[in-house]
Amino acid sequence: MHVVEAEIREPLILGKKSYHDITEDVSVPVEGKANSMWYMMLGLASIVALWGLGNIMYTVGVGIGVWGLNKTVGWAWDITNFVWWVGIGHAGTLISAVLLLFRQRWRMAINRSAEAMTIFAVMMAALFPGIHMGRIWQAYWVLPLPNQFGSLWVNFNSPLLWDVFAISTYFSVSLVFWYIGLIPDFATIRDRAIKPASKKIYSILAFGWSGSAKHWNRFEEVSLVLAGLATPLVFSVHSIVSMDFATSVIPGWHTTIFPPYFVAGAVFSGFAMVCTLMLVMRKVLHLEDYLTIKHIEYMNIIIMLTGSMVGVAYLTELFVSWYSGVEYEGYAFMNRATGKYWWAYAIMMSCNVLSPQFMWWKKLRTSLVFTFIISIVVNVGMWFERFVIIVTSLHRDFLPSSWTMFHPTFVDLGIYVGTIGIFFVLYLLYSRAFPVLALNEVKTILRATGEYGVTVPGALETVKEEVKSAPAEEETKEDSSSDEDIKED
Amino acid sequence: MAELKKYWKGIEELENNADFKASSEKEFSEYVPVDDFLSKAEESGSDTNRRDFLKVLGFSITAATLAACEAPVTKSIPFLNKPVDATPGIANYYASTYFDGLDYASILVKTREGRPIFITGNKNSKVSGGGVNSRINSSVLGLYDAKRAKGPAKKINGAWAKNLSWSSVDSDVTKGLRSVSSKRGNISLLTNTIISPSSLEAINKFKATYAAQGATVNHVMYDAISASGLLDANDKSFGKRAVPTYNFDQAEVIVSFGADFLSTWMNSLSYASQYAQRRNPDGEWMNKHYQFETTMSVTGSNADVRGALKPSQISIALTYLLSKVGGSVSAGKVQGPLKDKLDKAVKDLLAKKGKSIVVAGSNNEGVQILVNAINEQLSNYGKTVDLNNELNIRKGSDAEFTALSADMKAGKVDALVTIGINAAYAAADASGFNENLSKVGLKISLGDRIDETGVVSDFLCPDSHYLESWNDFEPAKGEYSVSQPVISHLFNTRQWQETLLTWSGDETSYYDFVKQYWSNMVLIGSAKSWSDVLHDGVFSTSSESTSELSSNISSLLSEAVKNSTVKAGKLEIEFYTKTGLGNGAQGLNPWLHELPDPISKVTYDNYITLSPSDALALLGHEDTQTNRRKELYIGEESPTKVATLKINGQVLELPIYPQPGQASGTVGVAVGYGRVGTELFTRHEWLGDLFDEEDNTNNTIGKNVFPLFKNTGTYENTLSSGVELTLSEGKEYPIATTQTHQTMMGRKIVNETTLATYLAEKGNGKATGKDGYNEQFLIADSYGTKKKPEDIDLWAEHAIDLGHRWGLSIDLNSCTGCGSCVTSCSIENNVHVVGKDEVRRSREMHWLRIDRYYSSTVNDEKITNTDQLGGISDYWNAEVSDDQPSVVYQPVMCQHCNHASCETVCPVAATTHSNEGLNQMTYNRCVGTRYCANNCAYKVRRFNWFQYDSLNIPAFPDFAKLNPAADDLGRMVLNPDVVVRTRGVMEKCSMCVQRIQEGKLEAKKAGETVQQGSIETACSSVCPSNAIKFGDLNDKSHAVNAESKQDRSYVLLEEVGTQPNVYYQTKIRNNNA
Repeated sequence: MHVVEAEIREPLILGKKSYHDITEDVSVPVEGKANSMWYMMLGLASIVALWGLGNIMYTVGVGIGVWGLNKTVGWAWDITNFVWWVGIGHAGTLISAVLLLFRQRWRMAINRSAEAMTIFAVMMAALFPGIHMGRIWQAYWVLPLPNQFGSLWVNFNSPLLWDVFAISTYFSVSLVFWYIGLIPDFATIRDRAIKPASKKIYSILAFGWSGSAKHWNRFEEVSLVLAGLATPLVFSVHSIVSMDFATSVIPGWHTTIFPPYFVAGAVFSGFAMVCTLMLVMRKVLHLEDYLTIKHIEYMNIIIMLTGSMVGVAYLTELFVSWYSGVEYEGYAFMNRATGKYWWAYAIMMSCNVLSPQFMWWKKLRTSLVFTFIISIVVNVGMWFERFVIIVTSLHRDFLPSSWTMFHPTFVDLGIYVGTIGIFFVLYLLYSRAFPVLALNEVKTILRATGEYGVTVPGALETVKEEVKSAPAEEETKEDSSSDEDIKED
Repeated sequence: MAELKKYWKGIEELENNADFKASSEKEFSEYVPVDDFLSKAEESGSDTNRRDFLKVLGFSITAATLAACEAPVTKSIPFLNKPVDATPGIANYYASTYFDGLDYASILVKTREGRPIFITGNKNSKVSGGGVNSRINSSVLGLYDAKRAKGPAKKINGAWAKNLSWSSVDSDVTKGLRSVSSKRGNISLLTNTIISPSSLEAINKFKATYAAQGATVNHVMYDAISASGLLDANDKSFGKRAVPTYNFDQAEVIVSFGADFLSTWMNSLSYASQYAQRRNPDGEWMNKHYQFETTMSVTGSNADVRGALKPSQISIALTYLLSKVGGSVSAGKVQGPLKDKLDKAVKDLLAKKGKSIVVAGSNNEGVQILVNAINEQLSNYGKTVDLNNELNIRKGSDAEFTALSADMKAGKVDALVTIGINAAYAAADASGFNENLSKVGLKISLGDRIDETGVVSDFLCPDSHYLESWNDFEPAKGEYSVSQPVISHLFNTRQWQETLLTWSGDETSYYDFVKQYWSNMVLIGSAKSWSDVLHDGVFSTSSESTSELSSNISSLLSEAVKNSTVKAGKLEIEFYTKTGLGNGAQGLNPWLHELPDPISKVTYDNYITLSPSDALALLGHEDTQTNRRKELYIGEESPTKVATLKINGQVLELPIYPQPGQASGTVGVAVGYGRVGTELFTRHEWLGDLFDEEDNTNNTIGKNVFPLFKNTGTYENTLSSGVELTLSEGKEYPIATTQTHQTMMGRKIVNETTLATYLAEKGNGKATGKDGYNEQFLIADSYGTKKKPEDIDLWAEHAIDLGHRWGLSIDLNSCTGCGSCVTSCSIENNVHVVGKDEVRRSREMHWLRIDRYYSSTVNDEKITNTDQLGGISDYWNAEVSDDQPSVVYQPVMCQHCNHASCETVCPVAATTHSNEGLNQMTYNRCVGTRYCANNCAYKVRRFNWFQYDSLNIPAFPDFAKLNPAADDLGRMVLNPDVVVRTRGVMEKCSMCVQRIQEGKLEAKKAGETVQQGSIETACSSVCPSNAIKFGDLNDKSHAVNAESKQDRSYVLLEEVGTQPNVYYQTKIRNNNA
């Protein structure tokens, strides 16, 4: 069935694994006891999460006034955080859906965790449009629910309403997609479980999976269908989020370039976040054999590519603002780059445009430490991108009489950091309770891309012992056309 | 396909005969007598069926169930008989009068269900011109001030016994006064200017009573903002100690030396109205206004030509002017730009003899004599300056006050009664008044609370609020007005006239007293009755007198020059009167504190104003554009620095404020601040490093500078020597300003041109006559065709030509920036007061703001459009105001856009467009996403960050202390037609939709269309200069219709394509240089 990888390709699964090894490697963290490191991290994340929840309760209890907003800057950290988290949530679906459609096998090692990250990130994102409302207790009014208020209906012209639909659709599809993928793996854990409680729980979660050929057939079909559904969502969600800004009249927001620019930025930040999480996870859960340097390198290449796209978008914006000859537009961008928030712009530019360019060097893009640093730098930069777009456009718009500065309060900070805490709490719990690799999917590529010389039953024995390692440039070229190499029959 | 099996319920169904068919259609096989049960079916032929029966049954059961519930207990008691005038929901208007020693206005008080809630001007008044300023319309809140005294009080062994009965206090006081009389002692009455004939009569009665018992009684009038110098000058010049009537509407050239006649000087309301009439560029002529002053004033900011001078230069400038117009004095030495401007003024004055006015704000007698001499040389007397028909609103005598203080010191005053003036607060320390007070045996305060004067008195006999009182007024010769109570006493207070009458043994009520006085003295020979007068609020007698004045100015000149000349100091100071707080009488009014100063846009504080270059020098920075932009910026987290003023040994620590327009080498500090009681509002966040942890009484809002006035026979508000200013190292002070950016950045926001350009373009005969100064904005469409922004549109058109389309027209040429509209809007619409800390965070709730822009210069050229801005540094420099800028104002409220950017973005459709052109806000529906505010190009939407009307938010205690809506008594001032917004919702100008609705209903009842002027928004109803006009843009008989089409008209940010219903009229400066 499976075609063996090209000779020059590095194996995606190292360590001469057998199928059982894979099951063992993935299931052990779920079955065994957590180490003290995990508890410490969970403790820390919980404290931060509780601090964030406290700040959210304070906001809801007292009013939005506890944030640093003012009459001119009506959105700042709230929507910055929202867009940031939505952006982060992009990588998961891109990896699981788009890369599935393109038959990228390396996705299998990362898609589970990337999707988990997506789910949690979208949850964090969805929090912000909720708590940023002055009257969160009326938040259900943004849903087109039949009501007794007469002909009262939502405003379909409003991009915020589109957001509601986009985010909720994206979240549901991602969740379903993720869960479908988890079913065979839950079944594996169920089958291995000894304790009756966990057996019970995992058997419920596994939905009665028996591993029959028909189940596998349906599994594959559903995955493909969902991938087909999810792929447009990858592009639609952030496009729609960008329309919150693009459809407005505010100089600096009113920009047609936003949808593609936001999608590129979202993939950029999402992959960076995946890198951050994966690098920690492979170390902690000893998954070095599955999350190989090659995986990291692939992701870095995507980061570099999308980072460059974002860079082009930034420069295009600057050019167009000048070329348009529109006073307000021109001033908005000039003010962004040289005004009182120049430092935010500088952080954005250096983190998002300059830092990914280092990935041109193979040595750097295959360096774990460097990747880890860049992955964090990119997310810092992407946070500032949203901050720059939102705050610098608002704080000086049309009438200079209303120009103000925005100064965050401890509550702004607390809620932001708090969502990171909540995110990590969820992620840490996930990493203990769920199979963090799509183990059954990984098994399907073991024969084809496992390490050479393995004595797996049925594995090909006639592969060559040595592989020539090609220069970095050629490697990149190969990658871009890699989908041609893989043929399914 | 398989055949469906069929089963029958019976043989009848199988046969399916006609009987069966008929019976199967019936619901019940047998006859059910529902109809009989419900009604007599035979008679009515009713077709009541089972469903109706069930409906009735269900309703009856529900009704019975509900009726069984206990009804809520309501405490309101309905009228047994409805009072004739009080219809719930219908407002009543009563004519009354406001006078506090500074401002005079004949007013209309709007009451709802017996509660006064809004004050507008009385259009019938010849004296006040029909408008009100923010101090007057805010005065309604003073009525509901819970901190007023609730009854008479007496000091026993240094402690106050409060809420005593009037009879006991009366007997104590009269006993004291009698004992003074029996010892042949002196009883002094200290009041502010009293323009009420009846009150003077009451005072005379009091005087006579105690004089008869042996006392010497004298009455001293003293004004906090004194015009003694002017009065004395007129006394010497013409033998008449009075303020002349100034006819600014007849003056083609106006030259003012520091007289803030549009805002605080004399009868400023009337002047603003007259002045604005002559600012119409299409009129017969447009006046030309020169202002020479130290601190930038509202008047100065409106001037066509403004020159900055030091206080010591006023005399020099005046002698220069006088000599040039033919006066026999040696010309003062002036040079530089000041000389150029004075020369221009001289040229214009000489060209308009008898049609010009020269005024000065100084309280120096010499200065005023020089001004009189100039006016005389220009033959202005009897024309623009009319001393025959004098104004009464200033009568105070500083000399008498000084004498009183000296008598007190000498122990010659045995009893002192203070009325209407907070003397211990407003007295210049130069008089030693406060020290000498302790020498007075019996001190009785007739103030409204235990204020600065009350606290050092022995008795407090609280005066009623003016809205609870009867009174009459003669503000100008032969011009009368009255005031009437519009609510019964909230507290156990008594108006002071009645108190004096009681002490004089006269038991008549003051109402009877006034009425009697009028029937005996005023209404004789008049066809009008007392009730007519009450209805009209105003009354005029006789004709104007035109007798010749005998002048002996020429003999006074040399002495006047000598008296007015002061040696120039290194640093000179002016204590100026601010628009918001005026003389400080309403120093505890949160509405006035939150009103941004028209010039500085600062709320809640007084501060040291100094020119930007002086400020940089004080801070130790080089005077560069960059430093001006960076070091002088004041914002939320950019507090200002603190400086220490040493004035003849007295030390005052205040924040500094770099004020463009301030004369170099001078500083200014506003009076009216530092009132006792304001410390209850403040907290540490308000006062920064000036907060006094130990003694909270030092934490007042601002500092009182009245004690620093200099005594030169009159109390002068300028000092030219002995002033030192040093930076208080390391101290910072948060200043709450509503506008942190100073300039227009070359954008077409306030469109401005010169009169010459306007007239030239007007007459050029071209179809596009306005292009030279008010260019139509055109955008090229995809085919390169240039179109108006409104013709390139994504959205479907509203049917804007049908029915009403409400709109405003704002004439930037008549707007003086006074801020009356701002407070009136807040009062009408229950806009929350949020406190200094929230204003500092740019969260003021004002629905209407007045933007103030200074001119700026780039590459030695004044920026008027963005084409002049090239590089990035040009933009930076454009942010910096000129040292002596020209100033423009622009009232901005919701523009009620026909294609509103806020409406499309609200997810829940809480903000929508009405079919009458209004952009409506549905508070109930709002969920508070703030998207609309972000997407508003005009930034007029205001968000309720907190529950501002909550009585207690522990973390944010300001609101309960300041916000009337958060105070049980203060709530009575709320307009019941407008909902008080809850936290989390967006709000904004509704164009007073409640008034529109009321006006429409009135018109409908009268069976006519809505007439011009029958509906007024709050802002348009109070505007003293009539700059704001409201009406139906679709109705040709309405002024806004014509104005919106005239050449001067433009809409703000037309290129954004929002198509506002608010039109602005280009500002035109009569300055061709």
